[in-house]
Amino acid sequence: MTLLQFFLWSVVKVAVVTVILLMGVAYTVLLERKLVGRIQNRWGPSRVGPFGMLQPLVDGAKNFLKEDLIPTAVYRPLYLLAPIISLTCALVSIAVIPFGEPNAGPHGLDLFEISNINVGLLVILGITSIGVYGVALAGWSSNNKYSLLGSLRSSAQLISYELALGLSLVGIVLRAGSLNLRVIVEQQAEKGIATWNIFGGLQFIAFFIYLTAAYAETNRSPFDLPEAESELTGGYHTEYSSMKFAMFFMAEYANMITVGCVATLLFLGGWTSPWGNLLGPVENNLVNALLSIFWFVAKVFCFLFLYVWVRGTLPRFRYDQLMNFGWRYLMPLAILNIVGTSLWLAYR
Amino acid sequence: MSALAHEVPLAWYLLLSAALFALGVVGFLVKRNLITVFMSIELMLNAVNLSFVTFAYQWHAVKGQIFVFFVMMVAAAESAVGLAIIIAVFRARATLAVDRIDLMKL
Amino acid sequence: MAERALAPKAIVVYLPTGRCVEHRLQPTDAAAPKNGELMHLILFLIFAGLCLAGAINLLLQSHPINSALSLIVVMSSLAVLYLLLGAEFLAIAQIIVYAGAIMVLFVFVVMLLNAGREDRTMGSRAAKLIGFPAVAVLMALLATVIVRIQGLGAAQLGAGLAAAQTAVETAAGAQDTSNLAQLSQVLFHELLLPFEVTSVLILIAILGAVVLARKTEGDEPAVERTAAK
Repeated sequence: MTLLQFFLWSVVKVAVVTVILLMGVAYTVLLERKLVGRIQNRWGPSRVGPFGMLQPLVDGAKNFLKEDLIPTAVYRPLYLLAPIISLTCALVSIAVIPFGEPNAGPHGLDLFEISNINVGLLVILGITSIGVYGVALAGWSSNNKYSLLGSLRSSAQLISYELALGLSLVGIVLRAGSLNLRVIVEQQAEKGIATWNIFGGLQFIAFFIYLTAAYAETNRSPFDLPEAESELTGGYHTEYSSMKFAMFFMAEYANMITVGCVATLLFLGGWTSPWGNLLGPVENNLVNALLSIFWFVAKVFCFLFLYVWVRGTLPRFRYDQLMNFGWRYLMPLAILNIVGTSLWLAYR
Repeated sequence: MSALAHEVPLAWYLLLSAALFALGVVGFLVKRNLITVFMSIELMLNAVNLSFVTFAYQWHAVKGQIFVFFVMMVAAAESAVGLAIIIAVFRARATLAVDRIDLMKL
Repeated sequence: MAERALAPKAIVVYLPTGRCVEHRLQPTDAAAPKNGELMHLILFLIFAGLCLAGAINLLLQSHPINSALSLIVVMSSLAVLYLLLGAEFLAIAQIIVYAGAIMVLFVFVVMLLNAGREDRTMGSRAAKLIGFPAVAVLMALLATVIVRIQGLGAAQLGAGLAAAQTAVETAAGAQDTSNLAQLSQVLFHELLLPFEVTSVLILIAILGAVVLARKTEGDEPAVERTAAK
């Protein structure tokens, strides 16, 4: 494969995955509106298209056509840069996520993953840690006290919970002995659900920590303090309108999807079926590929469903409670989990 | 990634590292803001790290990379303490200009 | 991308530890090595350029937050250079620790103190008289030494190094060329004591930071005294 071919194929893969991800983002928004509607005993969007299925398109068009206001007192370069940083970081991390079985395409290309990196898990953590800047700079450059408070809260929250998030994954890495996401998934495939990290790997505590920290990392309820509308009128994106607001919005939902993908890969066996290798593979290659994609999407969907369910059910934390919870409970719990897992692995 | 064949001379990496270090020194001398002066120090540390990694590659010595790891840890500790000092100074003097912070006692 | 530079049929590598490894190379097709080299060169030029641009911008900007962002650009580009040098763990550590933690702290402090533009007082005379010539001499000295020892030509390194890298990787049995195993072996066996001492150092630093940044009772901050101006 020449450099040019490699480059062209990569561009195609990136384009396809990005389009699918953005569609996913649009329909996650719809899923959330529908589900929260049902939880609150109302219908949710139902007018545009059958069952409101075309609502995301209309929403997008509305955001696009709105007037783009830029307040006079903002610090322009950073004000414009912040949403771009947010969205880019949210979209880039999907690049190392494998969606399906290793599938040799033309020229030995892996069709279901943009790039297979041997430190894939760390790459995701790294990109997440860069995403803080989008929020922090948005708040600071808006020159608005609500924005600044929101972004200060948010930076502190993201840094605090990133520690718990990272530590909760150490148990998985210890079990798999690799940071490559494909290796981690394949190691869980052996007996299906019995060898998934969450059950067979005895990582349910890690899963709980990951879940909590991920909610905080994506600024979702019950940890959505950075944009708490009852006290901060919208937090860091108070001063943003039109497409710039939409970019923050899309970044939030893209992050949700990424977090769901990572949880699926690390704890729920990725693209493998619940019975894993027990039944033997299907003969047909195409069916195999489609099945792996189906399982992956189904697992991510369950995760997103849980996200919305939690949002519709739990009240918001207070800020001091949030910090206390992160540092006093989640962190020690994650460290205990690491110690427990390594002891178990050593004396098994 | 190391599978990429190496035709870029390692001297280029080292020259880049030297240039970054020199820019760090210049920043340390020129900048008048306490935080920016501190950032110049970080730049110098990074420049040194680059040469460590380059030499580690050249001699296939993993210890060079370990050194970078330690430098990062020390830099993290240093920046935590340094920024705490900067906050304390700002609280006492209400300025970050190094020219105005020239007294041991207020 | 398993392309290698043009290499002899077999190569013996003497490692710094005293081991020696022999590695037999498979003949690669002639077009393959060119790709890797070209890619490496392009990536190096882009990110080295970004590094220098970021560092210069750090000096030119007068607002600390712009300087901080330029430094983030420098650090991220350095991470890519680390990748090119086969240090993937360090590359990610650079992003997570430097760009994601240390620089967030810097930005956080700039936002918290709301530090404005710096005054253009142009520093002390000593810095101008001795500092800048010293920096120029230092830079010239470093450059001379580097070029003397390493040479600017590609011929000296190139092929031999790439082949040696292959040999080392094969010897380590690492199929996916991860240096993580080697790294952790050294870090947690040979250098365990320094590693543990570092953790104590960081603990002390955290405690020190908390003590320094804590507000003492009845100590009216100067910020509020001068807030009116």
